[in-house]
Amino acid sequence: MSGFAQNTFNGLVSGAFYALLALGLAVIFGMLRVVNFAHGAFYMLGAFGAYVLLSEAGVPFWAALVIMPVGLGLLGMALERAVIHRLTKLDPLYNFLLTFGLTLILQDLVKLRYGVQSSPYETPSLLSGSVDFGLFDFPTYRVFILGFAVLLCVAVWWVLTRTRIGMVVRAATERPDLTRAFGIDVGRWVTPVFGFGIGLAGLAGVLAAPMRAVNPLMGADLIIVVFAVVVIGGLGSIFGSVAAGFGIGLVQAWGEAYLSNFPLVSQTIVFVVMAGVLLWRPAGLFGREEAPA
Amino acid sequence: MLRIENLSAFYGEAQVLRDVSLEVCAGEVVTLVGRNGAGKSTLLRCVMGLHPGQRGAVELDGRDITRLPAHKRARLGLGWVPDDRGSYATLTVTENLTLPPTVGPDPWSLERVYEAFPALYTRRDSAATMLSGGEQQMLALARVLRMGARLLLCDEPTEGLSPLLVQQVGDLLREAKRHGVTVLLVEQNLHFATGVADRHYLLAEGRVAEAMDNSEVRSRERELLAYLGI
Repeated sequence: MSGFAQNTFNGLVSGAFYALLALGLAVIFGMLRVVNFAHGAFYMLGAFGAYVLLSEAGVPFWAALVIMPVGLGLLGMALERAVIHRLTKLDPLYNFLLTFGLTLILQDLVKLRYGVQSSPYETPSLLSGSVDFGLFDFPTYRVFILGFAVLLCVAVWWVLTRTRIGMVVRAATERPDLTRAFGIDVGRWVTPVFGFGIGLAGLAGVLAAPMRAVNPLMGADLIIVVFAVVVIGGLGSIFGSVAAGFGIGLVQAWGEAYLSNFPLVSQTIVFVVMAGVLLWRPAGLFGREEAPA
Repeated sequence: MLRIENLSAFYGEAQVLRDVSLEVCAGEVVTLVGRNGAGKSTLLRCVMGLHPGQRGAVELDGRDITRLPAHKRARLGLGWVPDDRGSYATLTVTENLTLPPTVGPDPWSLERVYEAFPALYTRRDSAATMLSGGEQQMLALARVLRMGARLLLCDEPTEGLSPLLVQQVGDLLREAKRHGVTVLLVEQNLHFATGVADRHYLLAEGRVAEAMDNSEVRSRERELLAYLGI
């Protein structure tokens, strides 16, 4: 029983990372119709930035948790203005080329300076140790991540459903042209939303630094699963991406724990689930068929 | 109020509007009739600023708005009632109504909308796409009235509605007209059109084939119906 709880908890923690990354991808896709293949690179930059800030400037985790998302969000906004916005009128193939190209550039720039080996990042002292839950105990840091990610998802959900900005973002996500016809300058919201999505990726990166190996390829490994999450949840569906993020985290953790005798199954289970969902609901669990303008 | 001059529109290589010129005066209700594919909806989209491939000029109150993006046109008082009713699935009924900013001098309050449409009030917190087709049409019309739009662009508001609801749409448009709202209406239902509109343009193959008044439409109803293939 405690083994099951442990696996479930670990699944939720991985799920928290998937959810934060998928959430950013979902708002970006919704608003820009751009699939940001560079999302994993920004996650990596978040983690690497936290590492560099600590090791070279002594900036603690808590400061990095603010500095990196804001800094990367601003970088994202600049990139959106400089290049990403040009994608809207082009064939989707350019979307792939540009954002994948950005990924390679960002990864190689980090490699050039810091090499490929992983760097350790110490868990902040306030969150070291573990929390005793009676039958079992969990690392405090992981409890923190889970709580933080859930709070963040709830906050984003609140903004999206309870504020005027959220209403505009939902409307523009669902039907951009129609929303313009109702007097809303959809274009004005595109850059901040892109920056916000990138900021979330950076934040996930900082959170990952103390528990994952910090190296230039950490985002590339993760993002493949995140794309499966986004497809399962429904491309552009904000609720779907968060739910699928936690769901896939669980499926993966349970698969690794209980199907470890069948490594082929446990390693591919996410993609098996994705294929199954697509056969059943081609637009994803919470996705909708694209509506006309 | 609205003047369209030598408007041509294209879908890729295909030309769907050819040098269309027409005028709608303030306070008028004008319909565009024509077969499917005659270019009626494209004409409305051009006026709203939603059709990228166009040539010619669109003027609102003497101001050239041809290059103005859709959201700025809406803020000048254009109210968009799309043929698919434009309900947002991710927005509640109330949010669908309050999404557009108020743009005109005489916007309906939310209370007035709900008083006029009790069915919308009872479903105010549901997703708009959960409403019936007729309720969604009322929502689409109520939304532009709440905006206070001065010129409504309505694309087949009676399509697929029961006779009772068609009458309700007619009452609503007549009431809007009484308050000085101008309407450009795409309509296949000639009986409905002559009941609400002052004048009619017959579009054929992307051109204005004829301009008619109500008595002309009534006296030629049989011929027109045969032509429209209804």
